[in-house]
Amino acid sequence: MLLNNPSSPHVRGPLSVNVVMLRVLYTLVPGVAAYVWFFGWGVVINISIAVVAALASEALMLRLRGRPLMPHLTDGSAIVTGVLLALALPPLLPWWMTAVGAAFGIIVAKQLYGGLGYNVFNPAMVGYAMLLISFPREMTQWLPPETIAATFPDFWDSLRYAFTGVPPAPIDAITMATPLDHIKTELGLNRTITEIKAGNPLIGEVGGVGWEVVNLAFLAGGVWLMLRRVISWHIPVAMLGTLGALATVFYLTNPDANASPLFHLFSGAAILGAFFIATDPVSAATTPRGRLIFGAGVGALTFVIRVFGGYPDGVAFAVLLMNMAAPTIDYYTQPRAFGHGRR
Amino acid sequence: MARKLWRFHGGLRLPGYKAISTARDAVPARLPRHLVLPLTQHIGEPAEPVVAVGDQVLKGQLIARADGYVSAPVHASSSGRVVAIEERPIPHPSGLTAPCIVIETDGRETWAPLTLHLDYADMDPSALRNLIREAGIVGLGGAGFPSYIKLNPGPGHKVDTLILNGAECEPYITCDDMLMRQRAREILQGMTIMRHALQAKQCLIGIEDNKPEAIAAMRAAVKALGIEQVEVVVIPTIYPAGGEKQLIKTLTGLEVPSNGLPIDVGVVCHNVGTAASVYWAVIWGEPLTSRFVTVTGDGVAAPRNLEVLIGTPVQDLIEEVGGARPGLRLIMGGPMMGFTLSGADVPVVKATNCILVAGPQVVGDPPPPMPCIRCGACTDVCPAQLLPQQLYWYARAKDFDKVQDHNLYDCIECGLCAYVCPSNIPLVQYFRYAKTEIWARERDQQKADLARRRHEFRLERLEREKAEREARHRQKKAGVSDAAGDDKQAAIKAAVERARRKREAAAPLGGADSAPATSDPATPAQDDQKE
Ligand code: SF4
Ligand code: SF4
Repeated sequence: MLLNNPSSPHVRGPLSVNVVMLRVLYTLVPGVAAYVWFFGWGVVINISIAVVAALASEALMLRLRGRPLMPHLTDGSAIVTGVLLALALPPLLPWWMTAVGAAFGIIVAKQLYGGLGYNVFNPAMVGYAMLLISFPREMTQWLPPETIAATFPDFWDSLRYAFTGVPPAPIDAITMATPLDHIKTELGLNRTITEIKAGNPLIGEVGGVGWEVVNLAFLAGGVWLMLRRVISWHIPVAMLGTLGALATVFYLTNPDANASPLFHLFSGAAILGAFFIATDPVSAATTPRGRLIFGAGVGALTFVIRVFGGYPDGVAFAVLLMNMAAPTIDYYTQPRAFGHGRR
Repeated sequence: MARKLWRFHGGLRLPGYKAISTARDAVPARLPRHLVLPLTQHIGEPAEPVVAVGDQVLKGQLIARADGYVSAPVHASSSGRVVAIEERPIPHPSGLTAPCIVIETDGRETWAPLTLHLDYADMDPSALRNLIREAGIVGLGGAGFPSYIKLNPGPGHKVDTLILNGAECEPYITCDDMLMRQRAREILQGMTIMRHALQAKQCLIGIEDNKPEAIAAMRAAVKALGIEQVEVVVIPTIYPAGGEKQLIKTLTGLEVPSNGLPIDVGVVCHNVGTAASVYWAVIWGEPLTSRFVTVTGDGVAAPRNLEVLIGTPVQDLIEEVGGARPGLRLIMGGPMMGFTLSGADVPVVKATNCILVAGPQVVGDPPPPMPCIRCGACTDVCPAQLLPQQLYWYARAKDFDKVQDHNLYDCIECGLCAYVCPSNIPLVQYFRYAKTEIWARERDQQKADLARRRHEFRLERLEREKAEREARHRQKKAGVSDAAGDDKQAAIKAAVERARRKREAAAPLGGADSAPATSDPATPAQDDQKE
């Protein structure tokens, strides 16, 4: 195959894998900033550990597979995986859990499948799912947002806790369930939404306190990403639309036993998931109609897992389940080629 | 006034570099010392030389005649002497050489006698087409398809719309732009002739909105000439708006069927330059001897458009615009679809619209390809609505059936997918590779089929001959009798029948009656053998 003689096109567009990854990272900044504001330094510590672990595992695996480190290590994809995983983790997770999650995602879900472009599953979500299954207790202990916490760990406390396991205060005093988790547990005890919400400091105007703002910031970044055409609108719109629609239907039938659609959208990982995780191009569907189906599937599964399943938030599992379906979806949703008559 | 426009899928607004070559008017290029005229400057059969080395030729004189339906004659583009008919490098992606007629010019530009046809409106469409054919006109937009064929809709086709393509969407190329600015009347008169040949109802001239001067010039000319049913339509600058199928969609909303032609939707599309040539050919009797060529790029000192005699070496043109530093890439055509020239010693041919001389900052070596991240950017821009990414996977895996399932042949090689791919995958090269590979396979398949059929015929013939021989032999033995004559007939018939059955048995869909030849009931011929 003669591929090295210069042939058309002779010019290239400005996009490169690095640029794509960098843009994703930039657009995460507002969300991360809000996250740190409400949930403390643990977020930054998680990100650092996860990124270092991801890069180290990537380098190790490239070595073992006999692949050149450059340009693969610098393409930015491992960093994005690390950051996304870290954003899904509770802020005060022991450092080694974070590291194991990142390493597992990179080594098993990415490199063992052949590296960038060949992975079937979203590496960050594989890492997350593995941690959630292995350490269910640690993985569901969240900090309360700083604005309502009685005591809140500062940077050094957080660092010490992450690395030595020495808590700044009795662990029960600083950890809590997430709002989604809380509502799920309470609903399980047959309490009504009104009762659960009444006077509960965790629940804000539309979602959880702090969570609302964090999600708005992620939303802003995600929309910007969409406008810059780094991601197409199909997956986020289909996912949030489906989740919102299902939640609305349930909410309208019985508002006392079902959280409101806004609560669903603004309390968990739905927005982060819709714009930054489900849109991972490698493991998502790629045809335009396929992306709509893929996004809708993630949205529906998220709702089902949250409401009927055993886990408080369903985004990670929903994404992984739809990853499995992506090749089939692509196969059946090939677009009509130009001049081929309407299908 | 505002006409409804349709949007084709994908496409992209590319950065434009057209202004650098439109600052100055196009002027005739200097007369070169030698003209090199390839016998194939068009799609189809090569022309056949009708001159010999040493002959004196006049400008416009026929030097090679069309050979076949899809072919075009070649004319001397200046007066002089034929000094060689030999293999020379021609502009082709493969860097091939091909037979060319080389003329040493005498500097006098003496025209051969020309026949004027000022009365074309009274001429029969087919007579018009003949004039156009004899003038050697091929599509000047880049593809080089003999134009008269596209002016012959054939029975059962009615032409509703004649479209003139002034969209010229490739960055850098401005020859059509300048032609429209400087030769608007000629283009329109050529268009009127084409319309007459096609008996088309209306004419649309599609021009991208980045050519305001050309739009103004063409509109003014339409008004001045007072032609009816002609509209200059301004379309958005979205590459590849000048692709024939994309232009037709934009202007009419019609989609040319996948393996069909524009005529299937009642449209015929010609380049504006072709229209001007038709004007010169029909009214003044001048065959195609020159065209506008853009010589541009960051590698030349004074980019501009030149009116160039067909056959002028590229080297001469580059020198005329100030010369180029060595080591630059020479591209014939635009940066998106043009091809790299092996050297500057190749001539300008009828389909040459642009010589792009570009330095490394423009066309530097592509960065190393990374794995496909399935980002779908290629799908989003593909004007043919294909899945370039899938095509790439299958082409790489040499799964050519799947490649065809994914409509490889609808790819117009516009280059956009490779342009946007963040992983720098040379997608278009993979598609070209797959196309050539499939063609090669089909050729092999055809050859094999032919060989198999020949073999079967041979077996059949041998069997028949044997049967005849045996019958003759028997006849001789038995002496002349009526029965023997019948026997001979029967033997031949039986042998033919056996051969037929054998053939059917061998064929994949032989059917129930294709019993093996051995189970045939005994035939007279076999009886004969048992004797
Ligand atoms: S643009 Fe390149 S990386 Fe993206 S899907 Fe297409 S081939 Fe793959
Ligand atoms: S080169 Fe072919 S596949 Fe690529 S964008 Fe153009 S038409 Fe589509």
